Amino acid sequence: MDTAIEIQNLTFAYSGKQVLHDVTLDIPVRQVTAFIGPSGCGKSTLLRCFNRINDRIPNAKVTGGSIYVHGIDINRSDIDLQELRRRIGMVFQKYNPFPKSIYENVAFSLRLAGLTKRTQLNEIVENALQSAALWDEVKDRLHSSAFGLSGGQQQRLCIARAIANQPEILLMDEPCAALDPLATLKIEELIYELKKQYTIVIVTHNMAQATRCSDRTAFMYLGKLIEYGPTMQIFETPKEAQTEAYVTGTFG
Amino acid sequence: MFDPEKLILKGLPKGHFKDCVVRSLMAGLTYAIVLIAALLFGKIIVDGAPVLFKAQAPFVDFEFLTAKNETLHVFDDAQGTRHQLPASAYSDYIKKHEGTPIFNETTYSYSGGGIAGPIVGTILLTVGSMILALFFGVCAAIYLSEYAKQSPFIHTVRLAILNLAGIPSIVFGLFGFSVFVLAVPVITATPSDRSLLCIPLFINDYVMSFQGWNSSLMAGCATLACMILPVIITASEESLRAVPQGFRDASLALGATRWQTIRKCVLPFSLPGILTSSLLAITRVAGETAPIMFTAAVAAKDDLPWQGLKSPFDLLSSQVQALPYHIYTLAARIPSSEYTERAQYGSVFVFLVIVAFLSLGSMILRIKLRSKLKW
Repeated sequence: MDTAIEIQNLTFAYSGKQVLHDVTLDIPVRQVTAFIGPSGCGKSTLLRCFNRINDRIPNAKVTGGSIYVHGIDINRSDIDLQELRRRIGMVFQKYNPFPKSIYENVAFSLRLAGLTKRTQLNEIVENALQSAALWDEVKDRLHSSAFGLSGGQQQRLCIARAIANQPEILLMDEPCAALDPLATLKIEELIYELKKQYTIVIVTHNMAQATRCSDRTAFMYLGKLIEYGPTMQIFETPKEAQTEAYVTGTFG
Repeated sequence: MFDPEKLILKGLPKGHFKDCVVRSLMAGLTYAIVLIAALLFGKIIVDGAPVLFKAQAPFVDFEFLTAKNETLHVFDDAQGTRHQLPASAYSDYIKKHEGTPIFNETTYSYSGGGIAGPIVGTILLTVGSMILALFFGVCAAIYLSEYAKQSPFIHTVRLAILNLAGIPSIVFGLFGFSVFVLAVPVITATPSDRSLLCIPLFINDYVMSFQGWNSSLMAGCATLACMILPVIITASEESLRAVPQGFRDASLALGATRWQTIRKCVLPFSLPGILTSSLLAITRVAGETAPIMFTAAVAAKDDLPWQGLKSPFDLLSSQVQALPYHIYTLAARIPSSEYTERAQYGSVFVFLVIVAFLSLGSMILRIKLRSKLKW
């Protein structure tokens, strides 16, 4: 099994306060890996290390260990951050389409890359929207504002926007936290489809969601990785007492 | 014990009288303010509008808007008819009626002709200073809110900028006089005698001479821009901050650079806010007298601003008339009489109309931009 992201003894601190302690885990290619754990356990922070979006938070930095993406240490000083972020897409907790048309939202990163040919743009936008299972719902109003869509549609638009870059890895930071159950279901179905093409890492509060759509699950608590393994094993026969307590609902 | 009967009022509610008094007091004060504004605008409109508008077609006295400002001559001819003529028309009249005597001649400075010079001067000053202030102000705001680390030093810088807003405009006028009029560097082959410092450039005879721009449109624009910079910076920074962090995150996560993010995902969405703030600044710039008194404005000018120019640069380095300064001159420098009222009220009225149009323009622009962007 190939490894997409390899994390070795990672420690991370916000202005001196350590939030990740010695995290080591391997994330396999073309599978869904879920991070679960109570609020503030560092799962989002860990996820945000993978595309170095934490860089823009002042005084936040990796204080030890390393992250390898397909073998390359992404914390090297000579990393092309823009290319890294194109290869590793991200979907945020609160859906955040730009106040532009649906089409322009998806075409955003293509235009950044300097793509101007109409036919090429149209093709990639259509493909991205189709992959995000949104094409049929929006094909007649591509040029109307993205803000006219429902919450679930907006989140899928954000997924389409990330896919338009044709990334290797897709990071999802609680993508369903702001959505109702039906919209959540659609996103989960989408994740199931997307994992055929992309390596997906998803942070979730919802344990049922982790069991439904992930292949492997990592349980984190207070900045430490407590247990990591196949999802079935984590939920049915956890090795650690803390994991068992959390997945059975006795705490957290 | 809870007694439900107590829920029903007996007599007036508690504090009813106090409520009524406070309410009528507040209402009275509010309407007093409205009354003052109404009186002010009413007086200006009643006395000023007839100067600009006429009962017959084309209903607007274009001459008042397009003619240059002149001295007004008032006199009686031999038949006893009273004439009011601006200086140029007056000399024509004298030439035409040579030999016939005129009686009771009086002259009123600045009161004849139109106010084309002040109008164009004010527009040039406003546009020039807004371009300068928006460029510098938005750049500074972007640095402060997007790039700078939020350190104590940056907070001090921000506080210093805020404090600039409280400086009286006359101080800006004097500052502009000492810096832009007397001290900023120019490149010239013939430095003036009062140049503070000359640095030879070794290209022909050219030197960089710290002799200032003299009293000129340039110096006036720069001074006005300094005066409104704090307003523009503070308001721009606020509207930049109002753009949700999510847009920046999304843009960076899609592989945009910092500058691409600012240019495509932050600046366009904060533009309506920046324009709203510059709306206030525009009206302030158009109306200030003190900063331009020493740096750009003249009371009287023989040519209209666009006349007698050899190059566009001449426009920048020439002095201009400006409406607020013109109003000040008409009010304070000449004795008032029934013959000066036309110029006085007309100028004030035209000034109000211009400011109203400027505000309306930016308001429409803002609404148009805002309607496209909602989050």
